[in-house]
Amino acid sequence: MTTESRTEARTETRAAAPVGRAAPPDGDGLDAARVSWSAAGRLILDGVDVTAPAGAVTGLLGPNGSGKSTLLRAIAGVQAPSDGATGPGARVVFAGTDLLALPRRRRARTLAFVEQEASTDLPVTAGDAVLLGRIPHRSLLAGDSADDRAAARRALDDVGAAHLADREVTTLSGGERQRVHMARALAQEPALILLDEPTNHLDIAAQLDALRLLRDLADRGVTVLAALHDLQLAAQHCDHVVLLSGGRVVAAGDVRDVLVPDVLDPVYGVRTEVLTHPRTGRPVLTFTQPG
Amino acid sequence: MTTTARPAAATRTSEPATTAPARRRGAAWWLPASVVVLVATVLVTVTIGPADLSVADVWRSIATHLGLGGALGLAPLDALPDGMVWELRLPRVLTAAAVGAGLAVCGVVMQSLTRNPLADPYLLGLSSGASLGAVLVLVAGLTVLLPVAAFGGAVAALAAALALAGAIGTITPTRTVLAGLAVSQLAAAATSFVIFWSATGDSYREILSWLMGSVAGATWTSVAITGVAVLVLGTLLASTGSILDAFTFGDTAAAALGVPVARVRWLLLVGVALLTGALVSQSGSIGFVGLILPHAVRLLTGARHRLLLPLSALCGASFLVWADTLARTVFAPREVPVGIVTAAIGAPVFALLLWRGRRIA
Repeated sequence: MTTESRTEARTETRAAAPVGRAAPPDGDGLDAARVSWSAAGRLILDGVDVTAPAGAVTGLLGPNGSGKSTLLRAIAGVQAPSDGATGPGARVVFAGTDLLALPRRRRARTLAFVEQEASTDLPVTAGDAVLLGRIPHRSLLAGDSADDRAAARRALDDVGAAHLADREVTTLSGGERQRVHMARALAQEPALILLDEPTNHLDIAAQLDALRLLRDLADRGVTVLAALHDLQLAAQHCDHVVLLSGGRVVAAGDVRDVLVPDVLDPVYGVRTEVLTHPRTGRPVLTFTQPG
Repeated sequence: MTTTARPAAATRTSEPATTAPARRRGAAWWLPASVVVLVATVLVTVTIGPADLSVADVWRSIATHLGLGGALGLAPLDALPDGMVWELRLPRVLTAAAVGAGLAVCGVVMQSLTRNPLADPYLLGLSSGASLGAVLVLVAGLTVLLPVAAFGGAVAALAAALALAGAIGTITPTRTVLAGLAVSQLAAAATSFVIFWSATGDSYREILSWLMGSVAGATWTSVAITGVAVLVLGTLLASTGSILDAFTFGDTAAAALGVPVARVRWLLLVGVALLTGALVSQSGSIGFVGLILPHAVRLLTGARHRLLLPLSALCGASFLVWADTLARTVFAPREVPVGIVTAAIGAPVFALLLWRGRRIA
């Protein structure tokens, strides 16, 4: 890619993507504003604004320790209060509803959170693990109904893991386990799904598989916000990205506007070059050490 | 894996009959079967004993006391053998059943809440606290106060452990385990000191028997206390299946499923402690039932708590009744504390489970 087009891209960034607005909040999708989080006197998130439009895959990027996981957990409302606190004025709105004010169980019917590498030592089958996703849909003391089992089966089908239903989770490969976790989230029938590093520790085929699933979800109108480590994957598979550094949003917007050398180089301390994929036309990133 | 992530519409299966994830085979029969086993266990073990009582005599005694004697045309038993059945053996068998059921349920709950396969009902220092209370009254010669002192000791240990865990921060599994360990060690040290300092030959044997766990002295009062505790608290705990399931993948996953994690953990810990305290006050601390039974039953049922909890309770009841039957018959006329029997059975079984690599640790 030539210097000329890089300059062009940079101009677009400044013009089209004001910080903290990945997409105009159109009433659909996620609109979180002024999310701060401090734990043990340390500010982890400093007034973060994030939007993720419905029907799109939004990637949450940033170096290690930039606050990606904490942001997802704060939005999902799964962070224990003693592990920190949201700052004043934080607002997390999804499709016009204040998520932070929702009762837990209703929130769990709207929002599913796929954490990084959830594991268990218990001999639980994949089918039963997915059925857990139905818990927010029924009384806490009730057993699963035929509807629940049907929804769980659909979720397993959707991630292509129906054949794993009777296998114990502990015996599955990393990629298979990730699919089961995604199916568990799908069984919640969420309109918003948050994922923390869904491609971590997966081989490349399983990574593409996971991202393909996110694309399918977005195509069905689900709002997808995924923390991703791999900028290359984000460039190939996300519609929008939000780049965090040191607990603040550095840039947000279309992939082509944010994943450019001027934005990435200072954040990661690398030298970035952007090429174009010959077949898909999407940006391909290469990195070298600076200097 | 190109076939895996198709659009949902194309993959929706229509017939609900095929959509249920397959249950483990025969699961529906385990509950009724274990009820039958438990009833049979009680009816059989109550006839086993050193005294020369025929099976018919034993059942005749029980039927008479249940008011069925007239309807069945049975004559009442002589006072002595009748008392032996009705005042000694039956309360003992029923107490063993209640204690076994309660310990097994508490074990399941503790293992799930702390996500620690080595957790047992005594994890929060309950048995050490109860032992300290019991030993104090035993060396003081106030044997009549033993149940109260044991229960008080258990609850005090729980309060100390939770306060310690809470003082560090949120009550997380690890903090719970560590706080329980600290309280346990302290109470055990105090117990040892009291025994070392003041126990004489007479009380020593009594103390040892209590520390090992025993239902030898069970009366109808014991049956009432343990029975009511198990029926009320045990049923409440056993009905929390879905909630405990939600903890399968940890606290965050449970929170993401809408479970109020901190409140649930606190309530269940207190429930376990009260039930265990009530059991310990009657039987001393009988080891291995709450540790082993859940693992053994999980091998059958998988980890789903809605089946695991009641089935563990029923199996725990039968297990402890048989263990106690061995305890009072194998070396007859001498008895050994049932805690020795459960340990003698439990430790090898635990080793076997480990060896089979079922990832319980």
